[in-house]
Order: sequence, then C-alpha cells, then structure tokens
Amino acid sequence: MGLFLAQLLTGLANAGALFMVASGLSLIFGVTRIVNFAHGSFYMLGAYVGYTLMQVLPGMVGFWGAILLAGIIVGLIGVIVEICVLRPVYSAPELFQLVATFGVILVIQDLTLMIWGAEDLLGPRAPGLKGVVRILDEPVPQYDLALIAITPFVAFALWYLISKTRVGILVRAATQDREMVGALGVNQSWLFTGVFFLGCALAGLGGAVQLPKGGADLLMDFNILTSVFVVVVIGGMGSLPGAYLAAVIISVLNVFGVSYMPQSTLVLMFVVMVVVLIFRPFGLFGKEEVAGEHGQVGEPERPIKPAGLRVRMLVLAGLVLLGLIPVLGSNFAEVLATDILIFCLFAASLHFMLGQGGLVSFGHAAFFGGGAYVAALLVTYADTPMELAMVLAPLGAGLAAVVIGWVCLRSTGVYFAMLTLAFAQLLWSLVFQWGDITGGDDGLVNIWPSAWASSNTVFFYLALVICVGGILLLRHAAHSPFGYALRAARDSARQAEAMGIHTKRIQWVAFAFAGAMAGIAGGLFVFSKGSVFPNELEIARSFDALIVVFLGGVKTLSGGWVGGASFEAVKDYLTRFEYWRLALGLLIIGVVILAPEGIVGSLRKLGERIGFLNAAEDKR
Amino acid sequence: MSAVLTVEHLSRAFGAIKAVDDVSFSLEQGELLALIGPNGAGKSTCFNMLMGQLKPTGGLVRLNGEKITGLAPRQIWRKGVGRTFQITATYSSMTVVENVQMSLISHHRRIYSMLPYAHRLYRARALALLDTVGMADQADRHCAVLAYGDLKRLELAVALAHEPKLLLMDEPTAGMAPRERIALMQLTADIVRDQGVSCLFTEHDMDVVFAHAHRIMVLNRGQLIANGTVDEIRNNPQVQEVYLGGGMLFNPADGPAGTPERETGHA
Amino acid sequence: MLELSNVNAFYGKAHVLNDLSFEVGRGKVVALLGRNGAGKTTTMKSIMQMVQPRGGSVSYQGQNITGWAPHRVAKAGLGYVPEERRIFTQLTVLENLEVGRQPPRDGCVTWSEEMLFELFPNLAERRGNRGKALSGGEQQMLTIARTLMGNPALVLLDEPSEGIAPVIVEQMARVILQLKQEGLTVLLSEQNLHFAQAVADSVVIIESGTQKFAGSLAALQAQPEIRDAYLSV
Repeated sequence: MGLFLAQLLTGLANAGALFMVASGLSLIFGVTRIVNFAHGSFYMLGAYVGYTLMQVLPGMVGFWGAILLAGIIVGLIGVIVEICVLRPVYSAPELFQLVATFGVILVIQDLTLMIWGAEDLLGPRAPGLKGVVRILDEPVPQYDLALIAITPFVAFALWYLISKTRVGILVRAATQDREMVGALGVNQSWLFTGVFFLGCALAGLGGAVQLPKGGADLLMDFNILTSVFVVVVIGGMGSLPGAYLAAVIISVLNVFGVSYMPQSTLVLMFVVMVVVLIFRPFGLFGKEEVAGEHGQVGEPERPIKPAGLRVRMLVLAGLVLLGLIPVLGSNFAEVLATDILIFCLFAASLHFMLGQGGLVSFGHAAFFGGGAYVAALLVTYADTPMELAMVLAPLGAGLAAVVIGWVCLRSTGVYFAMLTLAFAQLLWSLVFQWGDITGGDDGLVNIWPSAWASSNTVFFYLALVICVGGILLLRHAAHSPFGYALRAARDSARQAEAMGIHTKRIQWVAFAFAGAMAGIAGGLFVFSKGSVFPNELEIARSFDALIVVFLGGVKTLSGGWVGGASFEAVKDYLTRFEYWRLALGLLIIGVVILAPEGIVGSLRKLGERIGFLNAAEDKR
Repeated sequence: MSAVLTVEHLSRAFGAIKAVDDVSFSLEQGELLALIGPNGAGKSTCFNMLMGQLKPTGGLVRLNGEKITGLAPRQIWRKGVGRTFQITATYSSMTVVENVQMSLISHHRRIYSMLPYAHRLYRARALALLDTVGMADQADRHCAVLAYGDLKRLELAVALAHEPKLLLMDEPTAGMAPRERIALMQLTADIVRDQGVSCLFTEHDMDVVFAHAHRIMVLNRGQLIANGTVDEIRNNPQVQEVYLGGGMLFNPADGPAGTPERETGHA
Repeated sequence: MLELSNVNAFYGKAHVLNDLSFEVGRGKVVALLGRNGAGKTTTMKSIMQMVQPRGGSVSYQGQNITGWAPHRVAKAGLGYVPEERRIFTQLTVLENLEVGRQPPRDGCVTWSEEMLFELFPNLAERRGNRGKALSGGEQQMLTIARTLMGNPALVLLDEPSEGIAPVIVEQMARVILQLKQEGLTVLLSEQNLHFAQAVADSVVIIESGTQKFAGSLAALQAQPEIRDAYLSV
C-alpha cells in the first residue's frame, strides 16, 4: 500500500513537467496551426539554461528564480524563432511550417552541443527540499511533493488566462479564424508572437523544473517529444484539463510500468493512446477538428496529367546516367546511389499517400522498418532466401498497414498523424524491448543477399530496377481511377461520399498500398546493409521521409523522390563535418523560406518561365 | 403519376430540440418541388436525412417504395439519387471534365482500378453532360479557377452523371447573380421535364421559387405549415408572417417592387 | 469619407479589380452592385487591405491607408462585416462581441452590449450561447453587432442579405437605416437590387472588376439599359 502510494506520488510529480510542455505545444498548435516539432528542443534548452543559471544564482531564491528565468529566456528564444523562421512561412500551405520547425530542432541540437558539450549534466537538487518525507514508511522526495503542489496552480493560471481574460478570448478566436480577428482591429502578428512566447516559455519551464529529477542531456528533445504528442492527443488538442489529466495518466502509468512490467514500459503509453482514440477519436476532452478554411492560403493544386515528351526524355536521360554509375563511378558511388534509390522509394510511397490522399503520416518508418525487420527475421529464423524475403517484406508491411490504417483512419488531421506516430513508436518499442527475438538495440546482423546479387554492382542494378519500377508504379497509380478517387476523397469528402465513393475505404487501401511500397524499400535496405537496427523504425526516420516530401513539393507528382534524392545526397555530404546538423538545419530553413512550394514546385515555375514547360492556366 | 419519394413522419431531435418534427410529404415523378422556410427551420436537417448524412430519430423515407432510411449517402446515391450542395463541393485539383468523369467512374464501379488512365475514361459521356449544362467549352479548365456560377452548373452536371431518378438541390442558386439564378433554375426545370427526373430543392430567392416550382412546402420550427401551389403559398397569411415578410425582396404577382414595411415583421 | 482612386487588385496573375474609383460620402449608404465574381468582395477586402491593392490608392478621411495592416485599418474606424459571416463558433455571443471591442472613438456612437441587444433583440436571448448554436440569421446579426463593438465610423457590409429568409432581410434593412440615422456611413455589397433600393442613397455597379456606373439611385432608374445589362432583375 505504501509503495503503491509512493509510486502514485512520483507519477504525479513527473506529470508536472510533462503537462507544462504539452500545454505549450497544444496552445501553439491551437492558434498558429503549427505542429511545433521543435517543442522538445525548447524543453531541452530550458534544462540547459536552467542548469547554468542555477550554477550562478545561489540559495533557494536563486533556484526558483533560475527556473522562472529559464522559462522567460526560452520564451524569448521562441520569439526569435517565430519572427525569423515562422513569420515568413505562415502563408505557406498547411503543415509546411513543421518542416521549418524540424530545421530548428537540428540547429538547436548543434548549438546546445557547442555551448554545453556532449556530456550529460546532473541537475542540482533544490535547496531546502533535498530531503525525503516518509509516507506510510516509504520515502517520498520533498521536491516531488513541491511539484505536485505547484502544477495545479500553473494549470489553473493557464486555464484562467485562456477562458476568462480578454487575451484568452482573442487567442481562442484566433484559433478559429485569425484573419477575421485581424480585421476586427487586433494585431494578430503580436498575438501569434505572444502565444509562441508563452508556449515556449512553458516548455522551458518544464525543462528547468525537472532538473533535480532528471538533469540535462542532448537526447531530451526527441525523448520528451513523443510523450508530449501522446499527452496532447490523449487529452485532446487545445484542452488544458485534458492535457493535465493525460499527463497524470501517462506519468503514473510509466512509474508503475517500470516497477511491474519493465519489459513493456515504452509500449504501454502508446497502447493507452490507441485505446483512448478508438473510443474517443479526438481525445478525452478534444473536439472534432474543423479544417481551417480561413487564413490558409497558397495556390490551389493543379490538375495532373501524364508527363509530356520532353519531361519523359529528360527522365530517360537521367536513368541512363544512373545506369552508367558502375561504369563511371567508384564502388563508393554505387553504394551511395543504392542508399539514395532506396530512400527515394520510401519517400515516394509516403508522398503518394500524403500528396494524393492528403493523409499526413508522422510514422511512415513503421512500414519501412517493418519491411526491413520482416525480411531480417525471416532470414535469421527461417533461412529464407533473399528473393522470397524481399517479396514477403512488402506483404508483411502491407499487412501491418492494413491493421494500423484501420485504427488510424478513425481519426483525421493531426490526430491521424499522431496515431501513425504512436504506432511507429509502438513497433519501435516492441523491437527495442523484445531483445530475445529482435536482438533489441544490437539489431539483426548477417543478412546478406543471394550469391548472384552479392556484388555491389549487381545489387545496385537490382535496387535501380525495383526502386524506379516502384516509383513509376506509384506515379501511374496517381493517374489511375484509384488515384483520382483518392484525390476526390481528399478534395471534398462530402462530394465523394455523395457519388458513391467509400472515402475511408479508399484511404485505407491507399494507406496499405503506401505501406507495402515502403516495405519493398525496407526489404531492399536490409540486404544492402546486411543488418537492421531499431533506429530504422525511429521517429527520426519517419520525420526524414516527411521532411523530404515537403521539401520536394507536396503538390507535385515527383516531390517525393526528388526531395529524397536531394536530401540524402546533401546529408551524405554534410555528415562529414562536425556540426552538420547546424548546416542541414539552416539549409532546410532556407529552402522552406525561399521555396515554399518545394523543390519541384519551384523548378516547375522556373521551367514555365523559361518556356520549357507549358504554363498553367491563369486564375481569374 | 407515381410517388418517387415518400416521406412519412420524419423526425429528428437534437437533445430536447425537435429540429424536424413529424414531417410527411411525397414527390411525384417529374415534379419540381420547393421547400422553403426561415433559417433554422429544419430544411438542411431534413435534406441531410433524405441524403443519409444524418440518421432520423423517427419516421421513414422511401424511394420508389423502397425504404432508404438509415443508408449511407453513397448507398443512397447508388439507388439513383443525385444531389448538389448549398456550398459547392467540387474537386478543385481536377479539371472540369474530370469532375464529371469521376462520377462516371464511380457509377461504373471502377474506382479501385489501377490500370487505365482515369482522364481517358468516359470522356465523351462527360463532355455530353457538360454540354447539357452549357459548360462544354470549359471542359479542360482547372476547376479551382471557375467562377461561382459555373461551379454550380458543374455540380449539376456531376449530379446528373448517373442518370438519377431524384435530384436533391440544397439552395441551388445561393451566391449567384439574379440572371444566373433564373437561368440555372430554367435549366433544372428543362431537365426535369425532358428526362422525367423529380427534383426537390430548398431556396431563399422567392423569384426563383415562384417562377419554377410546381409546388411549394413551407417548414417552420421543424413542422410543415403549408403545402400547396405557388398562389396558395404566396397568399397564405401564416407563411407571409413567418417567412415572406412584406414582400420587399421579390417581384410581387402584380405591380412594381414594394418598399419595406417598417411596421410589420417580427421584432 | 472614403475614396478609392484607380484601385487595381490581382490574385496571382489574374487581374480582379481594374481601376476602381469611387467615393463614399459621410453619413451615406452606398450599395456596391454586381454579379457574383464581379469583384465585390475583393473591393471590400482591398479597402480593408486584406487584399493588398497593386496600384491605386484607398484613402479614408483624407489619409492614404493603402498598404496598412488590416488591424490598423480597423483601428482607424473601418468596420468589416464579411460575407461568409465568420463568427467564432466556439465562443459565446458575448465573447464574440468582446473580440470586436475597441476603445471609444470621437464623433462615433460608442456601442455597448446592451445597445446592441436592443438593436438585435434575438441576440439578447442568446447571449450565453455559443456561436455554432445560432441560426443563419442570428449569425448574420452577430457579425454586424461584433463589428459595431469597434465603434466604427464606416461599416463595410459584404452581402448582408445572402442566404437569409426574407423576413430577416427586412429586419437587416431596418438596422441599416437605423445605423444611418445614428450617423454611420455604410458601404454594402449586394446582388439583390430590391434590397439595395430600400436602403441605399447611391450605387456603384461593377462587372468583371471594372466600374460600370456610379451615381444616385434616381440616376440609375433613369438609365434602365445599365440596370438591365449588369443587374438583370
């Protein structure tokens, strides 16, 4: 009983920081419609800044002052990011901004590394609260009790600000229609900046307040990000009470999980989330999201048509050049080109679902990594030959997509995206924690191609044929009745349903199809590397694919693979430098600001201007 | 004449509010029937129940005698009901003709096909349908650049693609200019006459209603308060009070346009 | 009070407004008439600077407001009532009004919630209800009331009669006349000539973004060919 209570209290204490970060994310999303991937980074900054301040400021006042100051400083950093990075891209198509925030993650990672170094920092203990209190004979840290007491006050203050004050009313109004708020005389730029400050300050506060319990390290940003997403989704986007309740549920669950089911702590959180969303597709306190009809601009997507002769010749020429790599290039070039080809197919599969279907997945790595693991497991445990394993990989991934798609498609929009992320994380944690079968962190090794394909050159040609074939198949599917129906469901589900199209089913099929195509890429990947590790299922892998689809251009047919090829090539080059993340992050932010329609979209404009392509019809 | 659509005791409650309360009517083949009433009278709720977007809390809807209550919109569409929306719903990333082709592809149950090029399927038939509504010359334009009136006509062509027996049009002329309104309703009336389609529509423009409807029903606070010919409705005092008002907004049956009666109408 | 001179506006490459020039005199009700897609809403948005005009200028009380941010235009005393109503559906009626609140302005009526509820009695009963629970007519009233909370000197009403039952439209007409009595200036866009005739002092007719007529109602009546060509009632 005592142990139980103590654990409950620990969970409640942990919920404090999680709630602060999650409510900040929810607030920013509500008003700006930006899914701030960098929110974990602000949390991390809060911890580092707080640590430094605590070294300088003495005593109890200094400790709490440092926490507050850390929040304010991080909030101000958030303001800088908002003004410099996000303001130029508010008018870009929806969700494009998340690419910019991804760039911010990379920049902050390297800047933190530069300033504070790679070593983990141990947080100081709170002056005056270093001891423990015995509750039913169990020791409970005093600091935990302080956190439990403080969090409801923060939550109440936030709730009061949002529900009862004029600022809160304006914020809620802007959540729905920011342009209209502007037309009524409210300076919405500053409202946005203010909300960004508050959201980031909350994240920083969360980071600083957990210092005595957790310290500061460079992996904090991604580690908290998943939990925060889960909390926001379980609670319901935009709901403060929901965020608080969900933070408590998740934190308590984690504490109990560690004690009673140490093998499945990571999985537990996602299982809860899936269960909640099955019964309440918009979270415990969330409301159905109304797609923002106002304030989202950007050019309408153009009708698609099969490529003209010129473009086809260009592509053919490119393919011939690719085919000549083994003749002209080095062994290294072959391996690099194989990597790029595989990544391109992976990106193209996501692009099909996202571009044609409007289904934004944050967890597409589930099927890439899933396909890879299916092949690897088959080889390891059943001595399956490469040919068969490569056929079964997409089947396995496709099957997983059928199941996962069924659950995820019950929700829409950001909830859908978060659910896909949750399932990818679920698979990742399964693979990570089920070491007996999957090798856990050590991965599965010694998975080599059949003898005939074992040379780099042959495998390169194999990858070339499969990947180019896959990309062409995806492209043809977009032009087929299936692709059109998928686009119809995206453009106007109302009209599509009224013309006999089962929109959910068509999206489900598309989800499975995209999953299977990613599985093909995954199968190829295993045999090209000879091994597979859990990081192929990781959130970062999913984000890579998502980022390149946006960078390539969502509203184009070739955005996926073009983005994939450019990104992989640039990344391969940059990773030779020490601070490559900084460079890559800045590069991504630059592309986002300069080419909001993506690489292909911008190239197409250029092509039209110089007369290589036929110009689009002018709008009225 | 036989009834294409029969509605019996249709009701829908949202909590304690009865949005649609025991509504019964029928629609004959080849009839153009208008449903009018104040905002919030339950017209849209009624329409959404006929089309399957909303489940009734009571009552029955029959199409040619067959019960369709509780079916999904796509199932009702397959039974031969076409619809247009109050706020146009078209596929903005497609061309005009592709919008119609999409409906034909669905009608021929080929939406899961991955082999052919979609833009080559049923193009001739789609062009013929566009011709019916006078949009053939804009067939290959991008849907997103069309003027609003043209979108409305496109929607009508899309709704006609599967040769429906019944057309449901929710405020078909909303947001159009007076001349376009008359033209669109004239077109609808022609289609109803030539193809034997039946049509039920809601509308706020009384000029349109009075000029084309064969019969008018009036809904107020969820209840049908009148059902009759144009003249009967026009002269019904209850309808004048709850809906038509002093007649400032439409051409009266005789004499020039009136001025607003400052004393009448509810306050 | 408000003067447009050679205003041009584009969406992308498309030229949607072509050299619009007209004036709205203080205390007058001016109706902007034209077909759908003629550019009425764009004209309204160009005045509010929600669409930035390319070429030409908009001046308000002798001040050139071209290029200002919309919130600054609103603060200067222009109230905008959009066509699609755009009320905040998650907010209550009172909260919707709060969003519109601006400090009192010299020479203008200072509206309070109670005065607005007198003007729109239907809203008074609904003050605690969320916007989404209102009917179309009530939403239209709320948009106007919300804009009046900013104590504007000039109100831009974009298609106030669209999609509303005739009885409510008549109520709208009475409200506009009452606003005029209170000294407000009104520019409204309309397709319904009956409605415009009932409330407006003068009219501006546009077609495909080009001005075709500007003058008094009487002048328009005297030129039936213009009325028939562009309005066709």
